[in-house]
Amino acid sequence: MRAIFAAAAILTLAVLPVAAPWLQFVLTLAIAKGFAALGVAILLRAGLISIGHAMFFAASAYGVAFLARAGINDFGLLLVLSVLSAALVGAIAGSFLVRYRAIFFAMLNLAVSMVFYALCSKLYGVTGGTDGLPVPIPGIFGIVVTEPVFKSMLFYLSLTLMVLVGFAVQRYLNSPLGHALSAVHTNEIRLEYLGIPVWAILLIAYAISAALAGLGGVIAGFAIGRVVPEFAFWTASGHLVLIAVLGGIGGVPGAFLGALFLELLHSAAVTVTDAWNLIVGVALIAVIMFMPQGFYGLFSRKEASSL
Amino acid sequence: MSNAIIPLLLDSLASAALIFFAAVGLTLVFSVLRVLNVAHGSLYSIGGYVAASICLFIANRQLNPYLSFVALLFSAVLVAAIFGPLIERGLVRWTYGKSEAVQILITFGLFLILEDLQRVIFGVNSFYEDAPMRLLGTSSIGGVVYLNYQILLIGMALLVVIGLRLLINHTRLGRLITAVVTDREMAQAMGIDTNRIFILAFSLGVFLAALGGALATPTSGIAPGLGADTMVLAFAVAAIGGLGQIEGAAVASLIVGLARVLAIYLAPSLDAVAPYAAMLVVLLIRPYGLFGSVTARRI
Repeated sequence: MRAIFAAAAILTLAVLPVAAPWLQFVLTLAIAKGFAALGVAILLRAGLISIGHAMFFAASAYGVAFLARAGINDFGLLLVLSVLSAALVGAIAGSFLVRYRAIFFAMLNLAVSMVFYALCSKLYGVTGGTDGLPVPIPGIFGIVVTEPVFKSMLFYLSLTLMVLVGFAVQRYLNSPLGHALSAVHTNEIRLEYLGIPVWAILLIAYAISAALAGLGGVIAGFAIGRVVPEFAFWTASGHLVLIAVLGGIGGVPGAFLGALFLELLHSAAVTVTDAWNLIVGVALIAVIMFMPQGFYGLFSRKEASSL
Repeated sequence: MSNAIIPLLLDSLASAALIFFAAVGLTLVFSVLRVLNVAHGSLYSIGGYVAASICLFIANRQLNPYLSFVALLFSAVLVAAIFGPLIERGLVRWTYGKSEAVQILITFGLFLILEDLQRVIFGVNSFYEDAPMRLLGTSSIGGVVYLNYQILLIGMALLVVIGLRLLINHTRLGRLITAVVTDREMAQAMGIDTNRIFILAFSLGVFLAALGGALATPTSGIAPGLGADTMVLAFAVAAIGGLGQIEGAAVASLIVGLARVLAIYLAPSLDAVAPYAAMLVVLLIRPYGLFGSVTARRI
């Protein structure tokens, strides 16, 4: 039953841009942010709140821009290389960040990402400063495509990746390695007594979450066509956490539900008012107070993890 | 050489003073309520907007310009009296005892609301009214010219440090706060009205933030985005000093102020990096900040 429901939802997403072309960009961006929020949600399962994951999102998009400038112009290669480098940066940063808990984890992630943000906006010669860098349209297996064709391909590829990566992450979360995350949240000392290396569990989770944020960043970079330092500002990280919590951290669909909801709300709200963050803020507070399991909790039969 | 050191020191101290106002409120609220208020920076910028509006009103009506000093203080009191009890009673109270993720997210929601409210009410143009700074004029030591307003900022910051020390160590309210910080359950069992303490402490935090914003307006003006920038800076300072440590926040403000000014003098493109780089270094060496400790939390 759930599979049918999910298949219908994905099919609807696939058909929507045909009916309403303007939705294609919104949906592509929603999926991109969904990937990043999924990364944040993985860490939230362990009780670790990262106000800094927009850094990996931005780093990956900058990575594409740099690689493109260096002459690499193949879509697949750009995607794989920048996601791998996001994972690598995540593993390096994570190796010292996962020693911290609670507010200190949040603040150190914030500090690292703000150093990154400040460097991006100040080192004009390297990153183009606040103007950012263009993310050009790449070739696909050597074939040159026009912009509309590329944007359509990007959307359907993102949709496919959402399903494939989603399944992979679900497998990971249901493996012992994934279940250990909520155990860290509940009682870390007990895990240590059982001889389970908490540090390694969290480091793997951190690298995976950085890679997911990186994947989102690549898609967003291609969809927007430009990467700017604002990608990495702390409020962008805050929005990723917000999406993860709105959707519910209990399962993979939550992150994408949250992202979809927020992006659609954004597009609807900006036509009425500039003050759409006000609406988002109220929605966030309401969801946390009345639906601690997020939207995913509404669909999930079993008890979903909450904050 | 000394000609370069005196302005550098004054700039650092004045810059540190402004950061201190934002950080000390954050750290005070954290140590008493145990809630990290992400919306703290917005209260700083609201203080600035209100002060600038009142100062502009005074200037437009051509009232006595010295009234603008009163306006700076008055706007901080006003913001604290309105927002302090409202936010604590209405929102923050609900998060007591919940996980840090919930607390950070609820206050992040509040931050989004307050930032947009400011945009709606005060528009997107920057506010600038430097009457208080102009009135005080400049002085010179040994041929070096500096703004008297900078001295005022440093003096006010010192006053806050001393005032908070006196409040906590030598008044009944201070003892009650210390009791609540040390052991909340025991304090309640002894009959201390913790609800009242929480409202007072939170409002005091709002007052300090709004005062910082008000005092900053004559020097740099105020524009959208200031709340977000102040928030991360206050975060950095509070973390360097050790969360919940008032003296820590003062020392950390000095470090960050000096780091920023040195960066501006030596490598202007890195001025925004300096505070966070300092935070990173300190937290990597001392995970709980300079004055922080793992178990006991003092004020």
